[in-house]
Amino acid sequence: MYAPVSPQLVIDSLTLHFGGVTALTGVHLEVNAGEITAVIGPNGAGKTSLLNCISGLYRPNAGRLFFEEQEITNTVPHRRAELGIGRTFQNIELFKHLTVLENLMLGRHIHMKTGLLSGGLFWGPARREEELHRRRVEEIIDFLEIESIRHKAVGTLAYGLQKRVELGRALALEPRLLLLDEPMAGMNLEEKEDMARFILDVAEEWGTTLILIEHDMGVVMDISDRVAVLDFGRKIAEGTPEEVQQNPLVIRAYLGKQ
Amino acid sequence: MQEDTLPKLLVRNAARYRHKTALREKEFGVWQPVTWSDYLGHVQRFALGLASLGFSRGDKVAIIGDNRPEWVYAELGAQAVGGVAVGVYQDSLPREITYVIDHCDARIIVVEDQEQVDKLLEIKPDLPKVEKVIYYDSKGLKNYRDPLLLSFAAVEALGEAFGVQNPDYFDREVRAGSGGDVAIIAYTSGTTGLPKGAVLTHTNLIRMAQNLLAVDPLTADDEFLSFLPLAWVGEQMMSISAALWSGMTVNYPEEPETVQANLKEIGPHVMFSPPRIWEDMVSKVQVKLDDAGWFKRMVSRAFMSVGYRMADCRFQGRRPGIGLRLAYLAGELLVFSAVKDHLGLVNLKRAYTGGAALGPDVFRFFHALGVNLKQIYGQTEIAGISVVHRDGEIKFNTVGRPIPETEIRISPDGEIVSRSPSVFAGYYKNDAATAETLKEGWLHSGDAGYLDQDGHLVVIDRVKDVMRLADGTIFSPQFLENKMKFSPYIKEAVVLGRDRPYVVALLNIEMGNVGMWAERRQIPYTTYVDLTQKPQVLELIAQEVRKANEDVPAAVRVKKFVVLHKELDADDEELTRTRKVRRGFISEKYGVLVEGLYSGAGEIPIETDVKYRDGRQVKIKTSLRVISADDVGVKA
Repeated sequence: MYAPVSPQLVIDSLTLHFGGVTALTGVHLEVNAGEITAVIGPNGAGKTSLLNCISGLYRPNAGRLFFEEQEITNTVPHRRAELGIGRTFQNIELFKHLTVLENLMLGRHIHMKTGLLSGGLFWGPARREEELHRRRVEEIIDFLEIESIRHKAVGTLAYGLQKRVELGRALALEPRLLLLDEPMAGMNLEEKEDMARFILDVAEEWGTTLILIEHDMGVVMDISDRVAVLDFGRKIAEGTPEEVQQNPLVIRAYLGKQ
Repeated sequence: MQEDTLPKLLVRNAARYRHKTALREKEFGVWQPVTWSDYLGHVQRFALGLASLGFSRGDKVAIIGDNRPEWVYAELGAQAVGGVAVGVYQDSLPREITYVIDHCDARIIVVEDQEQVDKLLEIKPDLPKVEKVIYYDSKGLKNYRDPLLLSFAAVEALGEAFGVQNPDYFDREVRAGSGGDVAIIAYTSGTTGLPKGAVLTHTNLIRMAQNLLAVDPLTADDEFLSFLPLAWVGEQMMSISAALWSGMTVNYPEEPETVQANLKEIGPHVMFSPPRIWEDMVSKVQVKLDDAGWFKRMVSRAFMSVGYRMADCRFQGRRPGIGLRLAYLAGELLVFSAVKDHLGLVNLKRAYTGGAALGPDVFRFFHALGVNLKQIYGQTEIAGISVVHRDGEIKFNTVGRPIPETEIRISPDGEIVSRSPSVFAGYYKNDAATAETLKEGWLHSGDAGYLDQDGHLVVIDRVKDVMRLADGTIFSPQFLENKMKFSPYIKEAVVLGRDRPYVVALLNIEMGNVGMWAERRQIPYTTYVDLTQKPQVLELIAQEVRKANEDVPAAVRVKKFVVLHKELDADDEELTRTRKVRRGFISEKYGVLVEGLYSGAGEIPIETDVKYRDGRQVKIKTSLRVISADDVGVKA
């Protein structure tokens, strides 16, 4: 495991344009290992853009990114996944016609070592490897309490459950840093409470660092160690939930100018 | 050694079956077996762990959680060192948990997971006698620092160390136990007042298993799926007493939500479930069949009717003809085995239902499929079961005959009383209730019933709900009402007769079904009132009443009835909001009818106020025919 001598993730003066539109302007953020950081802000503030820069989907126009002291500014997304950065998406990105189990097994592919030949024959090391991965996936199924839907096609599940499977798919990667884009969007109160519990447990049981975008301020204030606030592509505040709640800039961004 | 306690039976089984599978739990998607020697190992370590925590003979352990091997290790572990296990329903409210744990004087609580730990930490100030809370699923509990908490594994580790220092402690403690020791305290939920703790000894539990298995044997190769609360005496009896006695394998489902899938995977040889589970299965199958294509639907309907004919043959003790037997064999190959496999019932030797009445339709459905479903009857206070249907002697309206060593009598008040080695020792710390229930060794059930000509017990109602005719004969209005309401043509029934010479009924027809029936026979009618008084309809209802009367003692059959001209309605205060009939109110409101039913009148004029939904009130004026149930053919 990564020893937290310095921040696990350093975002240094990140700027991102889409043509003439500036999505992020000189954003600086440091995230410590094992912490839950929430990124909040009004619509269009650049929250998802920031997450996309961390996962490698967008390449920033200026600024640098470091993950565990290694520069990843120009690293391609799948390489970042191998380094230990996982994510979930705002709109569920699962294979709807595959079962929950199959989706989670796919989430393990970056850990699969056996080649085409032995994998195709499913013999010896390939078989042992499959068993190992299945075991890991079953632990995640147990963790997320989705045993009863293991063999159901994802497309047939209720929305809240799909969100849970999406989290499972990301966990199957065994990330050390997990990015969650609105994990509770569209959920009812009970589903939100369950999801909040799972997020806390991921951090607690596995020591995973979490960065999440969330609109439900109650949840954000309850589960986050730190909160960063974006407004029009700039970071306007950062701190503990209590500090951020009292920051006049944040109040103005959310409630409008007086 | 004489195996007169549950831990002694475990020791015997561990020696006899050793590496054979005793328990199985589905975890991480795979059924993980536990052998009899592993089982004993866990129980031994946990028992010694308890001993090292200062637990001594007579102390209580309360256990809360879903069915898992650890639940059973905790129970047998406590009993091995002379302790008592108290199961608490896992979905209880904190208030109920507080009461039971405090009342039973538990020093140690064993719980499943974080949810229960949180619940207990919340009520900790109200539980001064509790010294340790032991959990067996540590998820989410990593950062809990309460000194009360201890993990199951940690207790087993303590036990391991204790065992090294006291090598013969476990054997000595197990040997010190005897059949008269208290094994469990089972708290009955109780619809009124506080729960009462029924104290059951090892002898109570073991003799119960022994006597039931004498009727319906089980072997060490049989499988059982344990999915009902272990705090319930029925589950205790199957997955602990009967399993230890027979050596069968007990399987624990992965999660409560996966029970149906797990049933299919295991294919148990025996099941015991309340009616709700069986009713659920029937409706699931019906929904599936309705969704199937026309061909499948046609084939399954045709064979189900064969199945029903076969089942009726068996119920009536007739020998089926060769044609029916061949058709049934084809049905088994094409339809029944597939349905049974889907439900996980394919290996069943027998299945039990108990706790409440199960409708005859549900019974017939399972017997048509070839599932040997039987009724049982008993109370927590008699270790669960005292009466059961024998194979091939199924009667829908009875609960069967007493198991060996069990006497059933009907007291002069009509109450079912029983005596057997399984009758409990009394209620824990409640002598008043014990004295009421246990009189000279006879257990008073509070149920009213009678024994029919074949010696089968028929349960009719709670004693407090039965009524007496003028000559003192008891009858249960609710029992008769339910029997009539089994008819698709009768919607509501109100049975009256307290201090009268015979039983009468006021009935409501089921408008939809009766209307359709009338249309098919081209019987013209105008309004609801008109339909109810059509001679053909009255004759139809009379037939249904006669059917309901069939297996009721002659003295308490429904003798006369009227079909009401309006539906009983909660808006008119005739029903409660949960659609229970308000007998008192109705007998007053329709006093004219009641008097008419006892006066020998042939027709009774009546005027009734009816409130419409929009608030209007109108008077309905009509006259109702009095029908004698025994007269065949209603004259126009």
